[in-house]
Amino acid sequence: MYEVEYQQARSVADAATLLAKTGGKALAGGQSLIAAMKLRLAQPGTLVDLSGIAELQGIRREGDAIVIGAMTRHADIASSAEVKRAVPALAALAEGIGDRQVRNMGTIGGSIANNDPAADWPAALVALGATVVTGKRRIVAGDFFKGMYETALADDEIITAVSFPVPKKAAYAKFPNPASRFALVGVFVAQLPDGSVRVAVTGAAPAVFRASGIEAALARSFTAEAARAVAVDASRLNADLHASAAYRAHLVSVMASRAVAACG
Amino acid sequence: MSIPIAMTVNGKAVAADIDPRTLLVDFLRTNLGLTGTHVGCDTAQCGACTVHMNGRAIKACNVLALQAQGATILTIEGLAPDGTMHPMQAAFKDCHGLQCGFCTPGMVMSALDLVNRHPQADEATIREQLEGNLCRCTGYHNIVKAVQQGAAAMAK
Ligand SMILES: Cc1cc2nc3c(=O)[nH]c(=O)nc-3n(C[C@H](O)[C@H](O)[C@H](O)COP(=O)(O)OP(=O)(O)OC[C@H]3O[C@@H](n4cnc5c(N)ncnc54)[C@H](O)[C@@H]3O)c2cc1C
Ligand code: FES
Ligand code: FES
Repeated sequence: MYEVEYQQARSVADAATLLAKTGGKALAGGQSLIAAMKLRLAQPGTLVDLSGIAELQGIRREGDAIVIGAMTRHADIASSAEVKRAVPALAALAEGIGDRQVRNMGTIGGSIANNDPAADWPAALVALGATVVTGKRRIVAGDFFKGMYETALADDEIITAVSFPVPKKAAYAKFPNPASRFALVGVFVAQLPDGSVRVAVTGAAPAVFRASGIEAALARSFTAEAARAVAVDASRLNADLHASAAYRAHLVSVMASRAVAACG
Repeated sequence: MSIPIAMTVNGKAVAADIDPRTLLVDFLRTNLGLTGTHVGCDTAQCGACTVHMNGRAIKACNVLALQAQGATILTIEGLAPDGTMHPMQAAFKDCHGLQCGFCTPGMVMSALDLVNRHPQADEATIREQLEGNLCRCTGYHNIVKAVQQGAAAMAK
């Protein structure tokens, strides 16, 4: 690891000031950032630790939405009675991230800021039409995830929370990479309160995307068979040592059909 | 840059001035001499470095010591302060839940986190919850048995 300075931020405003002043990086759970620093893939001159900021913690119901603070750990989302009651698919997704030790440290804010192409949370945000709340503004999920490891965040912008509108039905199905547990392909299916259907796919491409063909099929018939029957175009999908693009395309419709079946 | 740090490790208050880069596992092993916590992969894969921070299992190779500022840390050494094995350690010994023993401290610490949450875990739950701990010797079978026996002994 390269040399680094370390600061504890006391508030969101304080964190933004420290980031602007030092050109450093926010530190949440460190589960992606520390690993990248050890590999010398990341070299922030200063780490601004967000763990002491009370306003970034916690889960609450606000009208028709569940609002999750950016520093809330995956494990606490997985076990939250509030989340299980309102959107059980979010609790199940959180419980499927990595392993227990990673879930005990990793946060929802860190995961979406990192925007790993195989991360689970981006699929949930896009399918549910969530809003990312930062110290400066509110960004709808569809505009937040820009590309591989790329988001709409400015360098000194802190995510404070994610607001998920409560859907009619939702489920997430992932085919995990057997070694890392990241998504080889993960599909989040949601039926929104207005009856529209959204299908968001992670792991398959450089960044999360909506599978419009499957959405159209499910709008006509919300059944596992309808999702399974859609042939997904493999031409823009990832191919690597874990899976070919054609295999990922196949998995997209299979995981979508499993998610629909799990919606009940 | 050197930063003062203080935390409680196995019931004792400890303090030092450290380089911010210091990983929690290095602080435990090098500064405190607690070498029961192992480093297997150093990349957050194997779980050999698992310790409890404020009662929860974490991988100490993927956390800065400064992230444990003010925290309560429990390592494998803290389970048997007077030399008598903890029921979970005894169960690993009884069930042959280890061969080379390299993964064992991390396995035991993860097992305790899981028993805290699932006191009567079945085999499937144990296998699922030990996802973050790799063993290259035992084939896991006797580890699962050990966790079940240890959980039963702890419930007594
Ligand atoms: C072994 C292992 C397995 C994993 N498996 C999975 C998996 O199956 N699925 C999955 O989705 N993920 C997985 N992960 C990643 C894990 O979910 C991470 O916790 C997550 O990607 C990053 O969250 P963090 O809180 O640790 O963030 P950090 O590592 O602290 O930060 C990540 C990035 O986000 C920035 N950041 C953090 N918080 C904020 C904020 N509030 N505002 C602005 N920027 C911020 C940081 O500056 C940094 O650039 C795995 C990780 C490991 C080590
Ligand atoms: S040494 Fe920490 S997970 Fe392997
Ligand atoms: S006993 Fe040798 S690695 Fe587990």
